Amino acid sequence: MTAVAPSPSRLPDATSPPAAGTVPDSAFEPLIIGFTCNWCSYRAADLAGTARIKYPPNVRLIRLMCSGRLDPTFVLKAFAAGADAVVMTGCWPADCHYRIQNVKALRRYELLTRVLEELGIEPVRFQRVYASAAEGQRLANEFERIVDEVRALGPLGWERDIVALPAPEPEEVAT
Amino acid sequence: MSGPAAPLPRIGVYVCHCGTNIAGTVDVAAVRDWAAERLGPHGVVVARDYPFMCSSLGQELIEKDIRDLGLDRVVVAACSPHMHEKTFRGACERAGLNPYLCELVSIREQVSWVHTDKRAATAKAEAVVAGGVLRVREQVPLEPLRVPINPTTLVVGGGIAGISAALEIADAGFPVHLVERQPSIGGHMAQFDKTFPTLDCAACILTPKMVTAGAHPNITLHTWSEVTEVSGYVGNFSAKILHRPRYVNTDLCTGCGICEEKCPAKIVDTEFGAGIGIRKGIYRPFPQAVPKFPVLDPDNCIYFERGTCKACEKLCPTGAIDFEQRPEEITVEVGNIILATGFEPFDARRVEPYGYGRLPNVFTSLEFERMSNASGPTGGRIVLRDGVTEPRSVAIVHCVGSRDRNYNNYCSAICCMQSMKFAHLVREHTDAEVYEFYIDIRAPGKAFDEFYQRVQEEGTIFIRGRVAEVTDALRLPEEADAAGRLIVQVEDTLAGRQRRIPVDMVVLSVGLEPQQDATEVARRFGITCSSDGWIIERHPKLDPVATMTEGVFAAGCALGPRDIPSSVATGAAAAARILGRIQQREMALEPVRAIVDAIRCSSCGICTDLCPYSAISFDAAAGAEVNPALCQGCGVCVAACPAGAIAGTGFSDAQILGQIEGLLMVGATDGAPSPVKTETAVPA
Repeated sequence: MTAVAPSPSRLPDATSPPAAGTVPDSAFEPLIIGFTCNWCSYRAADLAGTARIKYPPNVRLIRLMCSGRLDPTFVLKAFAAGADAVVMTGCWPADCHYRIQNVKALRRYELLTRVLEELGIEPVRFQRVYASAAEGQRLANEFERIVDEVRALGPLGWERDIVALPAPEPEEVAT
Repeated sequence: MSGPAAPLPRIGVYVCHCGTNIAGTVDVAAVRDWAAERLGPHGVVVARDYPFMCSSLGQELIEKDIRDLGLDRVVVAACSPHMHEKTFRGACERAGLNPYLCELVSIREQVSWVHTDKRAATAKAEAVVAGGVLRVREQVPLEPLRVPINPTTLVVGGGIAGISAALEIADAGFPVHLVERQPSIGGHMAQFDKTFPTLDCAACILTPKMVTAGAHPNITLHTWSEVTEVSGYVGNFSAKILHRPRYVNTDLCTGCGICEEKCPAKIVDTEFGAGIGIRKGIYRPFPQAVPKFPVLDPDNCIYFERGTCKACEKLCPTGAIDFEQRPEEITVEVGNIILATGFEPFDARRVEPYGYGRLPNVFTSLEFERMSNASGPTGGRIVLRDGVTEPRSVAIVHCVGSRDRNYNNYCSAICCMQSMKFAHLVREHTDAEVYEFYIDIRAPGKAFDEFYQRVQEEGTIFIRGRVAEVTDALRLPEEADAAGRLIVQVEDTLAGRQRRIPVDMVVLSVGLEPQQDATEVARRFGITCSSDGWIIERHPKLDPVATMTEGVFAAGCALGPRDIPSSVATGAAAAARILGRIQQREMALEPVRAIVDAIRCSSCGICTDLCPYSAISFDAAAGAEVNPALCQGCGVCVAACPAGAIAGTGFSDAQILGQIEGLLMVGATDGAPSPVKTETAVPA
């Protein structure tokens, strides 16, 4: 069996330094779902791999054809299933393989961010990252940044804090 | 997700070691055991690991299990689907399983190559496998889409790469539209004097190809033209080509050249002449131009400026001058596209210490090419800017704008050889002493190093060091006799000292840069460029002329700096890829498309506005309908449909939701060594 390289401190193990911020559990390591588009950010992730660029293992990726495929349900499902954060990645705005579909994704992203905030889910937990197929390093840097931010924020607590949230007073809606 | 009534699928999981590429970081045996144990309730009936799943034996393992164990789904945990998806789908198909029921999940590019902690990597690999299993469980058998291939090809760029590509396809008997922005095809090669290392005359070997392309019955030339818009998809592109007005009726023009001869407007030729030649208001860029028709430059035409002159019109023997010509846009239908849009020389003015544009006797490589060319402005004489004085010493500076973090980090590949060719030409044409200032000599091609030796033997002085400055300011007492000359300041890194060398002429061997509008053009064709601006290949090693967009290929320097043989080779390679498709007449595409369930469609019409391809037709009574030939499978409408009536094949909601669930089955701090195979899992 090959020798195991010594692990950098950021990797999840008991010897990791305690995470900064308000988290009482120093061993907390966030789980992050990253949605990638087939043409740019997934290729960037492939490139990060081929170039052996390191990023924290907390990020787990799902390939979509376009960031515009990102159904808000997917994001909510990820939070409900235990993700502490979700990252939407895709082509830079003018570089969409499907012309302008990532701009539609952006509109949906902005809207969804507001809905999540209403639910008490901080903007840090739903971020977007642009990465062209050539930007493996950028993608890795962004993943590292987001993992650090979410680690500092602490676990999401979907069951405890979000689902158990008392329903807001229904507003008067003209019918 | 499958309801309780759905029978459990029979899924096989195959974990690849990829030698130590995966197994060095991921405990593959632990992943295998975890999948067999924990994913059993999700339908996994067998889990295996193998050193190289992509080998014939690895594939046979899968095929055998499909037959013997009756598998109806397969998950391979190995490299990126962009690498081996086809391989494993093929294995499934051979064993009688619909190939789309095979899911390749990446535990190499996304796990073992980007993580170092073995425990964390193993935990993530387990999660990735679980994601694949829960995703493929929801997959349904699919059939590839077949699209017809229009046999006509669009080649953009008429340099040597584009000409080579066009000729290959045309010679095979299929039509080509060759679009060139300049008045003539030929590209940069037509500007050059000699080619390295053989010293063939560039024009002598290029012009026969230009003539053949210009006269070829299967090639339609669109010079002085640009592609302004592209729509469609592989096999069925539609491209708009803008013909800029030549102000010459090409049906009448015989190319006699009287208009050019009689035109009174003279201007510096900054395009073909690289700034050291003179051309007329109506001109052909060079005598061997193809097509032979001249172009009238309205910005430098006395008639357009002042309303009188029309000398060309009065003297044209066939009445071919037409001042009323307007731009004209035509549309062509093509099956495939080759982008051979080339490069631009680095602008030497940007390196201010080298004095180009300020010190008259500093020249660029392209100026030198024009000067040493027998049909150039000096008739092949190498002279100073005054046009008469022969230099007694010449400095050639390598890597101008290349291998320099201030400008371009990359090596422009051709400059070392080009510079040594210049040294040879200077010594052939003059008695001057020649200095080459280089960082490293890069001469890796066939007969390149022999040429390097030859130039050394001819007496060229090689000084290893990056030039700091070219100046006309004399600083040292011994420089007194160098008045009016140029001083090249350099650290001679072999001698280990600063040197100031007086010369009469400096030639800056400028690097290659992408065309200024390369990124914009790439967008127009639906492809992407690297941060340097060169077109990104589908695979840098194994698919070097294809792009990520089906049906769009690239050749020549648009892909990155390269020499003439490589430009020819990539042009021919792109042509070969396209000819194969034309011969097949149709092509199978990924069945990733949107499909509307008419019963659930509420006829709201939201989807139709979202589609950039107008693939969704809408009828208030029948609801929305997707044209599968136009749909490109982005999935935006799928995500937007409020009634959930649009399904995205291959990327359905159920598949994605399943994958999310699977990916989150393993916590970030899980993955303690499995009790089964502890000896292979060494926690850090």
